[in-house]
Amino acid sequence: MKIEGYNLDFFGIPGAVPALHATVDAAQWRETCRRAAFDGGRLVALWGCDDSDIGKGPAVHAALLVRPGLMVITLPVADGRYPDVSDIFPAAGRMQRAACDLFGLVAEGATDARPWLRHAAWPEDAFPLRKDFSGHQSPVSGRSGEADDYPFVQVGGDGVHEIAVGPVHAGTIEPGHFRFSVVGERVLRLEERLGYKHKGIEKRFEQMDLLQGARLAGRISGDSTVAYAWAYAMAAESATGATPPPRALWLRALLLERERIANHLGDLGFLGNDAGLAFGLAQFSCLKEDMLRLNHALFGHRYLMDVVMPGGAACDISADDIGRMRSECDALEQSVALLKGIYDEHPGLQDRFIACGRVAPELAAKLGLIGLAGRASGQAWDLRAEYPCAPYGELEVRMATHRNGDVAARVTVRFEEVFESLRLTRLILDRMPLGELSLPVPPAAAGAFGIGWVEGWRGEVFVALEAGPGGRIRRLHPHDPSWQNWPLVEHAVLGNIVPDFPLINKSFNLSYSGQDL
Amino acid sequence: MPEFIEAFLSQLAQTLLVVTFAPLMLGWVSQCRAWLQNRSGPGVLQPYRVLHKLFHKDALLARNASAIFRSAPYIQFGCMVLAASIVPVVETSLAFSPAADVIALVGLFALARVFSSLAAMDIGTAFGSLGARREMLIASLSEPALLMVFFTPLLIAQSSSLTTIVDALAHREFAIYPSLAFAAVAFVMVLLAENARIPIDNPSTHLELTMIHEAMILEYSARHLALIEWATAIKLMLYCAIGIALFMPWGMVEAGKWPMFPIAAGILVAKLALAGAGLAVLETVSAKMRIFRAPEFLGMAFLFAVLGMLTRQLLGA
Repeated sequence: MKIEGYNLDFFGIPGAVPALHATVDAAQWRETCRRAAFDGGRLVALWGCDDSDIGKGPAVHAALLVRPGLMVITLPVADGRYPDVSDIFPAAGRMQRAACDLFGLVAEGATDARPWLRHAAWPEDAFPLRKDFSGHQSPVSGRSGEADDYPFVQVGGDGVHEIAVGPVHAGTIEPGHFRFSVVGERVLRLEERLGYKHKGIEKRFEQMDLLQGARLAGRISGDSTVAYAWAYAMAAESATGATPPPRALWLRALLLERERIANHLGDLGFLGNDAGLAFGLAQFSCLKEDMLRLNHALFGHRYLMDVVMPGGAACDISADDIGRMRSECDALEQSVALLKGIYDEHPGLQDRFIACGRVAPELAAKLGLIGLAGRASGQAWDLRAEYPCAPYGELEVRMATHRNGDVAARVTVRFEEVFESLRLTRLILDRMPLGELSLPVPPAAAGAFGIGWVEGWRGEVFVALEAGPGGRIRRLHPHDPSWQNWPLVEHAVLGNIVPDFPLINKSFNLSYSGQDL
Repeated sequence: MPEFIEAFLSQLAQTLLVVTFAPLMLGWVSQCRAWLQNRSGPGVLQPYRVLHKLFHKDALLARNASAIFRSAPYIQFGCMVLAASIVPVVETSLAFSPAADVIALVGLFALARVFSSLAAMDIGTAFGSLGARREMLIASLSEPALLMVFFTPLLIAQSSSLTTIVDALAHREFAIYPSLAFAAVAFVMVLLAENARIPIDNPSTHLELTMIHEAMILEYSARHLALIEWATAIKLMLYCAIGIALFMPWGMVEAGKWPMFPIAAGILVAKLALAGAGLAVLETVSAKMRIFRAPEFLGMAFLFAVLGMLTRQLLGA
């Protein structure tokens, strides 16, 4: 199969996502990326793999978004070196650094070659995701004892000093280190250092079969469990050729929208709280808590874990449940509209939100900002609207977009998405088809490749899966939208004052666990 | 009973009253805030529980902490207790009153602040210096405003002693002074800034980058932290007491009228409860300002205080 403009032989990847796959050489690797960027495409994910167990060498994969859909390109790299693409897609930088830490694959020509996920917790010459690295040996036992002296970029000048924050914070939040270079209160530069939550999830997947993997996939990033579980299920179904029954798909969409609403409600509360309006937190927390309790009552889990499974869904709903969710929607819509009025008309709050942490649409486009934060900066992109998989094709999702790119815009997008998700929830409840809930998943052929791609509340979650012999997972790469968006936080905070950083950071609310893996 | 013993007893009683019940006042404000946010809240006794917990912990000090860091909590607590002994809360015969006037009171608050800032910078952490820097920014603007606030009642009473001011306002012929209204508005604004309340600072935040007062005490633990927390509570109580003494002193007992003491105490409790609830309302309806809005806010306070003084001087009102 050919795509116009690309001189490559593509094979279609079966499944719910329109996707093509091609193997390239080093020159084509860069050429394809450049062509995709020229056409307005984006880099969705970049990951390495080690095929030494099937008699091949290591390889790098990239998933690019082009007009016909997803394009996955694979570059076999026998000598462990491949050409850098971070000059074409800046988001690739950290993904390449992670691939270097985990596989020893070096992006030649990359300007930043510092480690990313490796915090001196395992020796420099050990590569945890290579097949010859046993997942059972504790990385700590092989600890080299070297000091973890990460070279941060230094900013010089009169009166410039550094503020180091984290990874242990005053509040109970996930670990991340932020190095501010400031003059007085003004931020000249922010550098993030993440990877503190690296726990070897990808290696763990390789010890599992397709069904066991579903449980782990739902735990990659706890606040996006439905998005991950669905993307995983989609990848598993794509690799095995299974088609889940319609009722399961509608149920998954229902769960995904519930997850989106719950997270947006929580974030809206915290955004008010971070600006000193604790009233907002109390109100939104009540709404979120009610929702989580209903989740527990209907689906057996507050955060909806283990409901989406490859082949279908694990939990059905009755007519009575539908009634409960419908009345919940009505109550939520009323309360959220009331609270939106209070937020919108609170001068102190708006003063904090407006023009704070601005990411201009041009910058967002250049650096590849995606998801909710992208939509607040004019990146009109929502998987549910652009490449709708069932059942979103029938629902006609209305995308919420803004161009200001400040905290206020991200707040507004959240409010609008809550209302839209409530509308979608009602539609789904009205049209939920009857029928079977789940079909058995046939065993995957060794070497079968599948991908999943779902618009979670934070942005698009991507999962690439390759099956091994005996229905096991040979390689699985889950990709969080935070990979693309974390670098933008560094830009958003420039020129702002230090005490505004927590508010800006919260307005993005990116995942640590999902990208540290 | 000889007069000086009486004055001394009254002094002791009033100081103890403020020091003992200051955490209760803080608890009351927090409880009101919780109610206003639809939360049940931890109860008004929570600050006592916190103090109890902190006093029973082992103190941890940074290796490079100097004597300033170790002594600062005691100096802060001492300053606040001393300040408590020159602010009349129930009765106007205070033994220490002739020794220190309102100007000295401002000085005492400043002394406590200087030591807390020095201690914050002593350890050399980024947050300590950051907090100290912001605290000094706020203080450099709020202290002049506070002095200006005091000048209006001072001009009315022709004295800078708080007890004399209270006697003049409460126990002479009843009069309404419009100039005091301006001063009162300015005083409330200064109170919010000086006590690290919303909209200037957020006492309940966990975001270290936004803190002012909290950033300065991040490295303290156990009894040191307990003393600082207690001193903070006393300071809030004192500010409320000063506000009451200057702007609604009615109900306070004149020197020597012992039988009226319980009634005066009851009136004080009612006024403090009202002040605490009012503070909670203010804090609930406002968001925290950007730090560079604080100069505007305090500039406004200064302006109101000056207006009050001008009203008094030019119009005699």
